[in-house]
Amino acid sequence: MSESIIKDPIKLALADRTRGWKVIDGSRITRDYTIECDVVIVGSGAGGGTTAEILTRAGLNVVMIEEGPFKSSSDFRMQERDAYPQLYQESAGRQTKDKGITILQGRAVGGSTTVNWTSSFRTPPATLGYWQKQFGLEDFTVDRMAPWFERMEARLSIAPWTIAPNENNDILRRGCEKLGIPHGAIRRNVQGCWNLGYCGMGCPTNAKQSMLVTTIPSALDHGLSLIHSTRVEKISWRHGRAISLVARGMQADLVGVNADAGPHRVRVHARHFVLAGGAINSPALLLRSKAPDPYGRLGTRTFLHPSSVSAALMEDDVIAYSGAPQTIYSDYFLDSLPHGGPMGFKLEAPPIHPILAGITLPGHGTDHAAWMTRLPKMHVAIALMRDGFHEDSIGGKVAIRNDGSPLLDYPISRYAWEGLRHSLRVMAEIQFAAGARIVMPLHEDAKPYRSWADAGRAIDALPMQTLRTRVASAHVMGGCGMGRDERESVIRSDGRHHQIENLWVFDGSAFPTSIGANPQLSIYGMVARNATRLAEILGKTPAPFA
Amino acid sequence: MVSRRTFLKVGFASACLLAATRSLDRSVFAQDGKPGSLDLKALANKDAELVAALAIGVLKGALPDDLVARQVAINEVVEAFDRTFAGLSPAVQKELQELLSLLTFSLTRRLLAGVPVRWADATEADVTGFLERWRNSRFALLQQGYQALARVMIACWYGNPLSWQKVGYGGPPHAKELGLQ
Repeated sequence: MSESIIKDPIKLALADRTRGWKVIDGSRITRDYTIECDVVIVGSGAGGGTTAEILTRAGLNVVMIEEGPFKSSSDFRMQERDAYPQLYQESAGRQTKDKGITILQGRAVGGSTTVNWTSSFRTPPATLGYWQKQFGLEDFTVDRMAPWFERMEARLSIAPWTIAPNENNDILRRGCEKLGIPHGAIRRNVQGCWNLGYCGMGCPTNAKQSMLVTTIPSALDHGLSLIHSTRVEKISWRHGRAISLVARGMQADLVGVNADAGPHRVRVHARHFVLAGGAINSPALLLRSKAPDPYGRLGTRTFLHPSSVSAALMEDDVIAYSGAPQTIYSDYFLDSLPHGGPMGFKLEAPPIHPILAGITLPGHGTDHAAWMTRLPKMHVAIALMRDGFHEDSIGGKVAIRNDGSPLLDYPISRYAWEGLRHSLRVMAEIQFAAGARIVMPLHEDAKPYRSWADAGRAIDALPMQTLRTRVASAHVMGGCGMGRDERESVIRSDGRHHQIENLWVFDGSAFPTSIGANPQLSIYGMVARNATRLAEILGKTPAPFA
Repeated sequence: MVSRRTFLKVGFASACLLAATRSLDRSVFAQDGKPGSLDLKALANKDAELVAALAIGVLKGALPDDLVARQVAINEVVEAFDRTFAGLSPAVQKELQELLSLLTFSLTRRLLAGVPVRWADATEADVTGFLERWRNSRFALLQQGYQALARVMIACWYGNPLSWQKVGYGGPPHAKELGLQ
């Protein structure tokens, strides 16, 4: 075994007693813990990480609880079969209730930021405008949000990507260019990126400026207590105030809670509670806690970016598993389709590794194998549907199973199906324009098509139905939506729960619609502002970022 | 092909039978143990036979042509399926176990899967017939079952470096500098 030339900053810090990091592995606890603190944060992703740094640097005593494991660069071995079970919710196989949509969502210290593809967009102005108008979120203007985005962009090294896009992204660019479709370059949160293409399995070089290597180590240096491999079961509340939460360590394999630990629990009493477990998990925790929900809003309006997928075979090698996964996008079909009209979508390209390609391509046997054996020549485009901006576009609803685990019911409306069909047409046209020899929309009834005319006709006739059409989503939003009117929302625009005064939701579940863009920077910006306000409420003057 | 009426009847009957099959499984299959070379932590022997049989259909064209290499590959798919199964959340694990039980219990195997013999004796035609029927079934439940099985098996195979040469994938880059060799 050779030794890596990359030093693992997390393992080094954990081994260095002078750093004084307070970290508990919940899968190994052998006694009860009862902890008191100023603020407890549930979850360690984009929302939790940002909150932890701001509050600890303001001098508050903060505890963070994360269900996933504390893995870091030396654990990230660029193998899908290890990464998916280790770093994702439900082994990267989380699905909606009818199994129609597969959801990629992180579960590890750093949350989805540990495994995302680094795409960084500010919340689109059209989305902010809709929130102001529909949900009374007056402080979400472009101008008032700009300083918070700037601050987080600086903190996480979000910048234009100066290396040429990989061929998978360049095909999207060339196809758009041929057809006169406006497109742009995606900014990324990286520093010294090796351009490997394995962001989705955890960054092995620490180039990705995820929460794992930025805000969380900084918070640990400022006294954060991190309890990982531990699932929060319930929050107790009385008379409109949260009092404590109870959590249990996970089994060593992190499948379920550790029954062998018997009665051992982690109890945290805090002045304030911040939920940052991500959409699906945050509303599920409130449902398990039987939080007040007088208007039945909790868990409703949970949004994905349901994404259609189009595969193409090119003449030359594409090698879509190599190079920065997402560097080119087009918003033309968002910008040119106004809110209230047909469903709009964002066009991007995904990384294509063997498992991800294999499980996304339809069918089995020789037809499936024929596509797989041409993996190096495969181009894939995805269209992320913008849900939540139309009366027929209300997303899904989170409920809890008998065992307390969350389940998202997300039926796809006829309105959304027509948007998905439109997107398959657009992607096929772009792929042929860029020189594709064969295009196949990912659908159980589709065939490989050799011309745009054939593909277009076939797509018009495809039955757009659950389980026939491949639909996936890497983004989950909403379920604890913000709004001025408590009859239509769960929290206020500053993240505070309408009915529980010391409970805050600082993650993507706060969004009242989908974002219409990869959501990480939307979460960072909103949470940087709300966590700063929380520090001020607690009588502290938040320090500027390092 | 199953008719709607049969499906509904069988669906109800099988729900009643599932509990019974589980206890039967324990008594009947307990003594024959796990297949010698395989180290399984969650799958029962009969489930492993099912997975091995399905591999021939789901991964047709993907598995190695050489017979010895092929058997090694199938064994590794079964072991990976077992690991994947053990790693599922309890709720999803329960669903998948119900599906496996439905397919391995002889009555439901015949009526719902349309496979007349036990999986260990099934021909390639039996397996591909079953896969196509479920893939294109009118019933969401059967389509879901097909997709769950096919996807898990496909993930189990393409996560395995043994599969990569045929697809032209070279594996992780910079393995030496990053200490992966």
